[in-house]
Amino acid sequence: MAHHQPAEAGKGWSLAGREALQGYLFVSPWIIGFLLFTAGPMLFSLYASFTNYDITSQMAWIGIHNYDTMLNHDPLFWKSLRNTLYFVVVSVPLQTAAGLVLAVILNRKMPGIRLFRTVFYLPSILSGVGVYVLWMMLLSPSAGLVNLTLGWFGIDGPAWLTDPAWTKNAIILMKLWGAGSMMLLYLASLQGVPRKLYEAAELDGAGRLRKFWHVTLPMITPVIFFEIVTGLIGGFQIFQEGYVMGYGNDPGAPMNSLLFYNLHMFLKAFKVFDMGYAMAMAWFLFLIVLLLTLINLTLSRFWVHYEGGEQ
Amino acid sequence: MNMTAFSKREYPSGQARKAAFFALSRRKPLSDKLMTLFMLLLMTLIGVMMLVPLWWMISTSLKSMREIMAYPPTIVPEHVHWDNYIHAWQKGHFGRYTLNTLFLAGIGVLSHVLSNTFVAYGFAKIRFKGKKLLFSVMLGTMMIPSFVTLIPQYILFSKLHWINTYLPLTVPGFFGSAFQIFLVRQFFLTIPNELIEAGKVDGASHFRIWGQLMLPLSLPVIATIAIMTFQGAWNDFTGPLIYINSESLFNLQIGLQSFKSTETTQWHYLMAGSVIVLLPVVLLFFLFQKYFIEGMNISSGTKG
Repeated sequence: MAHHQPAEAGKGWSLAGREALQGYLFVSPWIIGFLLFTAGPMLFSLYASFTNYDITSQMAWIGIHNYDTMLNHDPLFWKSLRNTLYFVVVSVPLQTAAGLVLAVILNRKMPGIRLFRTVFYLPSILSGVGVYVLWMMLLSPSAGLVNLTLGWFGIDGPAWLTDPAWTKNAIILMKLWGAGSMMLLYLASLQGVPRKLYEAAELDGAGRLRKFWHVTLPMITPVIFFEIVTGLIGGFQIFQEGYVMGYGNDPGAPMNSLLFYNLHMFLKAFKVFDMGYAMAMAWFLFLIVLLLTLINLTLSRFWVHYEGGEQ
Repeated sequence: MNMTAFSKREYPSGQARKAAFFALSRRKPLSDKLMTLFMLLLMTLIGVMMLVPLWWMISTSLKSMREIMAYPPTIVPEHVHWDNYIHAWQKGHFGRYTLNTLFLAGIGVLSHVLSNTFVAYGFAKIRFKGKKLLFSVMLGTMMIPSFVTLIPQYILFSKLHWINTYLPLTVPGFFGSAFQIFLVRQFFLTIPNELIEAGKVDGASHFRIWGQLMLPLSLPVIATIAIMTFQGAWNDFTGPLIYINSESLFNLQIGLQSFKSTETTQWHYLMAGSVIVLLPVVLLFFLFQKYFIEGMNISSGTKG
């Protein structure tokens, strides 16, 4: 090999250059995938959102017509956006808090703690239609386990998935059962808080609550921040629950109370093939999520505490 | 302060630490014991709330419809009806759907492990211009809601005549996924560069170093992304929902959804179907618990 090197160097391939070439080769699957499956489709959909594209016959430029219909002439658009916002605004803080509480409870040394950790985490590994069907049974108004249990305490449980006012709360409750997935990350970060910080606080005479408020909480704000950001992005994508758990096998029912934003978009795209309109909705969603993430990032400067300083 | 004294305080010997621990635990005040008792009760209560839905699913799946409707409800089935499972398995075609799902999950695991370790090696261990920018773009793509690309991707695949085949569900996996590339890269960064240099001195190409050196050293993170991918394929609903029309190609999620539409409120059959779909994931969890949790720790380790 060695005696070839001068000749190759002469052709303009320095050692660093050849190294770089291999670097591009290694990351090329991702670059190709990004162009084919993300960037390309997104640019196409941006263009198509200004057309009346229906995947088969037509693709005429109609300007901002889709966006105008969306904002001014489609009551279901606003309904679906409100449904999704309600879910996000209630569910994300609740999940974040529940995950943190579970983690704080589990963050102690005592016999059998591993068993509790497994039990708390177990429901969160289950997802999909099996879980939805299970909760449809648990939440059935007359004979479901949830309302039976509420009955023991003298509470007349709501009709959950059949009462439009309660359907979203039913899904929020179901999601709370899976709060263990968030718990795990909190637990890891709680265990990463240096002991000497607590010892210092104890020397200053701080009790349990003060230690939690002034030591633990600031130290784990990066994880809380991460959970809120990913929770928001995930929350806006809620779709399957509305599709599967709709009353009478009717996606979004009753009274469109489970018609989430993505479900509305899905039905527009794949039931009536109004692809241009659906892609306008997709871009609008993207802008909302982007804006909220940026707001989150900006706000994080005021409350997220990074131990090592800025990078 | 004297440095040695400080470090001695920081890291007491095992013996000293044990002694200190026992001294402390003997002097544990009453309020601490009460607190522990309270926490134990609280944990038990929450634990019961977590487990009862699962128990209810299993117990309902073994009851007759008459027993399900009886009041007060029975916690353990009076008569165990295993035939509910036979009914569900046959009427729901779960045999076929399980095979389909295993096939999809198998290809998914293979493609994800190959592509994501390959790309991650490039990001972690090779120097090239623009790497930082590409990596930030990749992290940025994780913020894009999947529904934004879902519809144009569908159009692309339909123009390729891939609808009602497994190609849209399997081919993208060979091009890597941002989150898993990120996970594997974080793991690769912990492997010393000297190892790579030593391999190069021995005349190995990056391709051989990736395949023969890095992959064997990275089994924990490979197991993590394999399980993550398997779970994702097992629970995939939206993909098959839009791409698959023929019943013979359904996966378990779509199969269970159509079984649910036909059985409406026959809870004993529906719960049997749910157990059939959920049980493998539970088994997987108990077999590979460590790797379920590993992914979380690798990703959180980067933010500290």
